[in-house]
Amino acid sequence: MVELERVGYRIGQKWLVRNIDLKIEAGQFWIFVGPNGAGKSTLLRLISGELAPTTGWIRFFGESIGEYSPRELAQKRAYLQQKRDVNFPFRASEIVLLGRHPHLNGTKETATDLAIAQEAMKQVQAEMFAERLYPTLSGGEASRVDLARILAQEPRLFLLDEPTNHLDPRHQVQTLRLCQSIAQSGRTVITAIHDLNLASMYADQVLMLREGSPIAVGTPEFIFTPQQLEAVYDVPFEVMQLSSGQLVVVPLSSDSIPNSYLDTQPSIVEI
Amino acid sequence: MPNRAQILLILGISLPISLCVAAGVGAYQILPWHIPHILLFHKDGFEVLLYVRFPRVLLSAIVGSVLAISGATLQGIFRNPLADPGLIGVTAGAGLGAAIWIVLIGGGFLSIWGVPVAAFAGGVLVTIGVWKIAQTQGRVLTVTLLLAGIALNSFAGAGIGLMTFLADEEQLRSLTFWLLGGFGGATWRVVAVTLPVATVGAVVLFRLTRALNAMSLGESEAYHLGVSTESLKRWAIFGVALTVGAAVSAAGGIGFVGLVVPHLLRLMGGADHRYLLPGSALGGAILLVLADLFARTVAVPAELPVGVVTALLGGPFFLWLLMKFKKEVVYG
Repeated sequence: MVELERVGYRIGQKWLVRNIDLKIEAGQFWIFVGPNGAGKSTLLRLISGELAPTTGWIRFFGESIGEYSPRELAQKRAYLQQKRDVNFPFRASEIVLLGRHPHLNGTKETATDLAIAQEAMKQVQAEMFAERLYPTLSGGEASRVDLARILAQEPRLFLLDEPTNHLDPRHQVQTLRLCQSIAQSGRTVITAIHDLNLASMYADQVLMLREGSPIAVGTPEFIFTPQQLEAVYDVPFEVMQLSSGQLVVVPLSSDSIPNSYLDTQPSIVEI
Repeated sequence: MPNRAQILLILGISLPISLCVAAGVGAYQILPWHIPHILLFHKDGFEVLLYVRFPRVLLSAIVGSVLAISGATLQGIFRNPLADPGLIGVTAGAGLGAAIWIVLIGGGFLSIWGVPVAAFAGGVLVTIGVWKIAQTQGRVLTVTLLLAGIALNSFAGAGIGLMTFLADEEQLRSLTFWLLGGFGGATWRVVAVTLPVATVGAVVLFRLTRALNAMSLGESEAYHLGVSTESLKRWAIFGVALTVGAAVSAAGGIGFVGLVVPHLLRLMGGADHRYLLPGSALGGAILLVLADLFARTVAVPAELPVGVVTALLGGPFFLWLLMKFKKEVVYG
């Protein structure tokens, strides 16, 4: 579905990402992790076609991404941005309907478009603030409305930059479960998130970045080892496995002793 | 929130009514319902209506409506409710063009054609200048567009100041009148020149409404929704330069219509540009027709410049917006 070959992107003398080789298949849920400034967002924007790579190639459905018009791309991939600000009094339902933009031919949405937008709001439990003005929503509510907009766009490829920001734990988990089920339905999801525990719970594949370069690619079990995490984040890590199989990834303050931390919570930890 | 179709319908009915009322009021009073009779049977007042009042109210309606849709479009492009057609330099450029013509070339009241042509050329040239300066590696960043507009605005302002300094008494008078704006010179010829240019510009802007909605989410979000943002901005600036260039060359600098009207419509029916542009076109026309009516009747036999009237209305309104904005930002 998406192939990256020796992709690099430079602003002035600084490489924001470099030497990226990736092959992302349909039906996969990818998560990009790495410290602030590691190039996660830049890489997502390169894959979205918004930025053109300085070096290398990006192929999207077998064709060079530059060959697509913005509209053609928007029919196939959606992008959720971290920061958002809308200065005009749009209602939440109107924001969701904007997701239909690449599919519209006339100036008006059809009944089908309205139904799709409605369904998308239902999926993220945003229908109760459909009629409220978007600028008055809380961060978490606005995030869900944006997510509904992406769903209404009906793309094959979802690119989500920090989709769990501003969300409470329940909606974090629900959002990532939604991503997982989207991937299971044969579409593709790529997200960047900071929460390593959530990443380990849901990702099929993880790409770990540092200073724009790929450090490791693979399944969460393969990526989230204390050695690799410390090498990337510059703090020691403890990785544990709960009896359910779920990984717990915790950073340690550098001067603390790992064992003493474990002693306090022995009951839930299986080493 | 009232239904948008209802708002448009009410505005659509109010516009012809205000046109008729404004056409009737003046030194020679004509009741609106007598207008058809007078026109059909060439009764008393036929000449006044046909050659004085009609071109004047029509021109003010055209100018008001294009100023308002240009304002709505620029606010959409800049994603800022405080944007105004003056921002991209078209108004100041037109003023400079007119000033240069009045002081250095034509002079006095004789230049019936020279001033509007020079004003239109000045407006379009300065806008192209702003666009070229804002261009960086083939893209136009909204921020640089804004800053380039500010830079060229002050440059054009300095030019106008210089022309004012050089002008003799009579030139100064016509320059001041022109800069303040007004419809005293409205004739069918002016309408015939302004209407086609304004229409072309307005058609361009009306095609952008859906893309402007997407733009409200931000430039990169609009791109991700399939909008060609560079071409959107290019068409928007082109349409605004045409419409505002035509408006300013016909009636001088009339401020605040482009700011106030879209705002009122957003308050009434929300932000969807598919409603906002037609609503602004109607609302701007009504507002300026009534403002001109006020301007020419309040101090009879003298006539206030209509730009002064709109500024009198617009100033407090702008302040009110600012206060509201401060409240929202500071107190959450």
